[in-house]
Amino acid sequence: MSGTSLTDAGADAVAGAGAMAAPAAPALSNVSRRRFAGQLAGLGGLVLALGFPGAGRGAGARKYGADAMPHGAVDNPLVFVAIGADGVVRIVCHRSEMGQGVRTGMAMIVAEELDADWSRVRVVQAPGDEEKFGNQDTDGSRSTRHFFEPMRRCGAAARQMLAAAAAARWELPVDEVEAEFHEIVHRPSGRRLGYGALAEAAARLPVPARRDLRLKDPARFRYIGKGELKLVDGADIATGKAEYGIDARLPGMLYAVVARAPVYGGTIKHYDAREALKIPGVVRVLPIAARAAPPAFNPLGGIAVIATNTWAAMQGRMALKLEWSAGPNAGYDSIAYKAELQSAARKPGKVFRNQGDFDASAAVAARRVQAEYYIPHLAHATMEPPAATARIVQGKCEVWGGFQSPQGARDLIAKRLGLPAKDVTVNVLLLGGGFGRKSMSDFGVEAAVLSKAMDGKPVKLMWTREDDLQNGYFHTVSLEHLEAGLDAQGRPVAWLHRSVAPTIDSTFDNKARNEADWELGMGVLNVPFDIPNVRIETPAAQAHTRIGWFRSVSNIPHAFAVQSFVAELAAAAGRDAKDYLLEVIGPARILAPASVGDTWNYDESPQRYPLDAGRLRGVIEAAAQSADWGKALPQGQGLGIAAHYSFVTFIAAVVRVAVDDNGALTVPRVDIAVDCGACINPDRVRAQMEGACVMGLGLALQSQITFKDGHPQQYNFDTYQVPRMSQAPLQIHVHILPGDFGKPLGGVGEPGVPPIAPALCNAIFAATGKRIRHLPIGDQLKA
Amino acid sequence: MQLTINGTQHSVELPGDTPLLWALRDHLGLTGTKYGCGMALCGACTVHVDGKPVRACITPISVLEAKEITTIEAIGEDATGRALQAAWVELGVPQCGYCQAGQIMSATALLKEKPLPTDADIIDAMSGNICRCGTYNRIRAAIARVASAQAAKP
Repeated sequence: MSGTSLTDAGADAVAGAGAMAAPAAPALSNVSRRRFAGQLAGLGGLVLALGFPGAGRGAGARKYGADAMPHGAVDNPLVFVAIGADGVVRIVCHRSEMGQGVRTGMAMIVAEELDADWSRVRVVQAPGDEEKFGNQDTDGSRSTRHFFEPMRRCGAAARQMLAAAAAARWELPVDEVEAEFHEIVHRPSGRRLGYGALAEAAARLPVPARRDLRLKDPARFRYIGKGELKLVDGADIATGKAEYGIDARLPGMLYAVVARAPVYGGTIKHYDAREALKIPGVVRVLPIAARAAPPAFNPLGGIAVIATNTWAAMQGRMALKLEWSAGPNAGYDSIAYKAELQSAARKPGKVFRNQGDFDASAAVAARRVQAEYYIPHLAHATMEPPAATARIVQGKCEVWGGFQSPQGARDLIAKRLGLPAKDVTVNVLLLGGGFGRKSMSDFGVEAAVLSKAMDGKPVKLMWTREDDLQNGYFHTVSLEHLEAGLDAQGRPVAWLHRSVAPTIDSTFDNKARNEADWELGMGVLNVPFDIPNVRIETPAAQAHTRIGWFRSVSNIPHAFAVQSFVAELAAAAGRDAKDYLLEVIGPARILAPASVGDTWNYDESPQRYPLDAGRLRGVIEAAAQSADWGKALPQGQGLGIAAHYSFVTFIAAVVRVAVDDNGALTVPRVDIAVDCGACINPDRVRAQMEGACVMGLGLALQSQITFKDGHPQQYNFDTYQVPRMSQAPLQIHVHILPGDFGKPLGGVGEPGVPPIAPALCNAIFAATGKRIRHLPIGDQLKA
Repeated sequence: MQLTINGTQHSVELPGDTPLLWALRDHLGLTGTKYGCGMALCGACTVHVDGKPVRACITPISVLEAKEITTIEAIGEDATGRALQAAWVELGVPQCGYCQAGQIMSATALLKEKPLPTDADIIDAMSGNICRCGTYNRIRAAIARVASAQAAKP
C-alpha cells in the first residue's frame, strides 16, 4: 500500500501474517475491563437479591460478556483501523464470517462512529491472534453483543484522533472542528481536510482515553439500524470470486483425504497401501496418530492419502485395504440407546433445581399430564465440509481455512507440532457454513500434521461429505421427560423436567455423564414460568460418539420438549394454546437468573441480562398478531405457537401447516417475532431468522444421524436429508421488535432455531389432532 | 485433452474419469465451482455444458471434449446470469454464500429455458440445489424479480 496509514502499511495483504503489524504508536492504556462494576449500584434490591452466583467458578469477581472470554475485548483503533493517504479506510474484522454477516456488521459499527464513507471502506480479515484482537471464538451468538461497544469505541477514537490532527494543523482548539462524512471540517472558516490527508498525523497522536470518547447519538446513525448497506462479500460471492477455506491454493500444493475409523474410538490394526500407491497422482500414504480419549479437538487419527489432486487422493483412499479394531463403541445402536435414555428418564436424576414440593403438589393435583420427547443426533452438514491448507517454512507453520476459532486452531496446531504459538499463523477465509462444526479445529491440525510429514510442503486436507457425516462431532441425542400437575382450573401447579442427554463436556472429560449447568441453562432451568412447584433433574448418560456444538445447542431439545408440553397442557385444559402459554409465563416481570437456578446465564451479567418475562410475552403477542392467530383455517390446516429465550434473545414463532389426507405436510407460512434488543443490521437479523426457520423445519421433518454397529447409517445427502427449496415455507414473515442502543444486545445467529420444531408440531396437532413427540417427523403422519 | 471453459481452450493432462469439478478446482484454479457431496445430490458444483446445467462432481472430463463449459466465473457475461448476480446482491440472498454459485448457475439455466417461471417452476428447478443456511425464499424472490424485469423489457 502506498499511502500512510493509521496503523501501519501493508494492510492490503488480506489475512496475511502480520498484515496489521503493531505500529510504533502509544498503546491504549489498559482501561478497566470491569465495565459493569459501576452499574450495580443503581439496581438496588435486585442486586442484593441476586448475589454473585458465579463466585464458585473461581477466585475473584466473576467477569461477564466479552470479559468472560479468553483475551476479552480490544478497542484500540490502532489495531482495527488503517487509513491510507488515498482515504481508503481498512477495518479489521476479527470474527469469522460464516453467513451471519459479521464482516459487514463489524465494519459498519466502526465506520459509523468514524463517520466514514462506506464506499471507501474495505474489510481486512484478522488472522488468529487474540492477544492483539481480543477474543475471536465466533460461537455462542456473541460477536455483535460483545463487540458492538468496543468497535464503537474504536471508530470514535479514530475519528477524534483525525479531528485532533486537523485542529493541530489549523492551530485551532479541537472542539471547533468536527467529522463529517470522511472529512474533518471547520465550519466558521469552511476549511476541510479528508481523512486520507490527516491519517499520518493522526496516527502519531495518543489514543483518547475511554472516558474522553464521544460516541455518536444513535439518532444520527447513518448505517447502524438502517439495513441499507449491501454485504461486503455479496458481489464476490455472486461472481465466484469469494475465497472459502476449501479454496486456498499454494504453489506445489498437495491434496489429502484421510480414512478414519468407522467407529469412534476404533484404531487401525493393519493397512495395505500398495493398490492406493498405484493410482496415478497418489504420492504417499501415511498414518495420523490417534490420541487417547477424551477426544477434545484432536484429529481422530487414520490413514492419510496424499496426491497431486483431490480426485486422485479420493481414489487412492478407496484403494486402501484397512483393518480397524472395533473399540469400545462398536455396539452403539440408536434404537437400543433410545430405550436406555427412556429408562434413565423415568428414574430420578441429579437435581439441579427444586422449588416448592413437586411430589406433594402433583399428588393432590386435579389432573396429571406426562410426556416424553426425543431428538436424535444431528450433523451440521455445512455445505463446505471441513478443509484446511497448511505449509511449514523454516520452522514456521501457516494455515488457511474456515475456522470459527482461529486462535483455538493456532494453539492446537502449535501444541501438536511442538511449536510456540507465535510460529503458527492461522488465516481465516470465508466459512462455507459453520453452525458450530468449525469451532472444532481438528481439521486444521490434520492439515498441519500432514504438511509436517511432507517436509513442510503445502497440503490441502479435505473432508468429503461422507467423512463429515461419518466422523463428525454430532449434536447430542436426548430424551426429555416432563410431568405436570394441573389445578381445577387447568393451571399447572407442579412441573417436573428430567432431561437426559450425553453432555458436550464428555468431549473433554471422560467422566462427564450429566448435562452441565450451562446445558440446562439452555432452556430447562431458565424458563420464566409462573409455577410454584418445580423440579429439574438430569439423569446420567454415557456418550458413544463425539458430542459437539450445533447451532443453538441444547436449546433445540429443551425448547422442543417445554414448548410442546405447554401446548399439551393447554389441550388437556381445553384452552387456547397462545392464551395458555401466556398464562403459564405469568405477568410481565424481571426474574433473576439465579432465582430459577441458572447461574450461567450465557456468561452474561444477571443485572444487564435478567430473565424478562415481559419480553417473552411481547414476542408471543407480536408473532400471534402477525399470524392472525385465532382465525378460522381450512380443514387440514393448523397454527402452532412456541416461544423460547436463548442467547439472551427472545423469539416466538407461529407455524402454519397443511396436512393432506395422505399425511403429506407443507408449511405455507411462518411468522417470527424477535426481540434481540437494538439491531445493527436489521436485514441480517431477518436473514438469520429466515435461515434458522428453514434449519429448524429440516431437523423437525427429516434430519437424523442414527448409529448401528457403532457408526452412523447416513453417508451423504441421500440419507442425511436436509431441507430443500421444495420444503421451505412459502412465506416467512419476520417481525423485529424495536430496540434501544442504550441497552444490552442479544444474540441472533442461533436463537431462531429452537422455537420452530415445537411450533411446527403444535401446528400439526392443531391440524390433525396427532401429537408428534419424537423427531424427526419422517413418515409419522402417513397412515 | 482439450476443454473449452468460459470460451478459452485448456489442455489438461488428467485421466479421463476425473470429474470436471476437480479439473476446474485443482488444475485450472477455477475455485468458484464448489464441492458439496460428490454425488450430484446438492448442486453446489453446477456448471453449464452447452448451456444446460450439469453437476461437475459426477461429470468425467472424457465426455466434455468439443463442449462449451461455462462456470460461475463467466456467467456474468450472459445478460441473464449478470442480472441474477445483481439481484442476488440487491436482495442480500447469500448468507455463507458457499452454495450460491451453484444456485445462480441453476437459476440462469432455468430462466434461459423458461423466461417467466411460476413459483412451482422455480421450486422444481431449484430443489436440486441445497442451501444449508436456508436462503431459499430470497433465492426464489431474486429469480422472480429478474424474470419479471426481463419480461417488462420491450
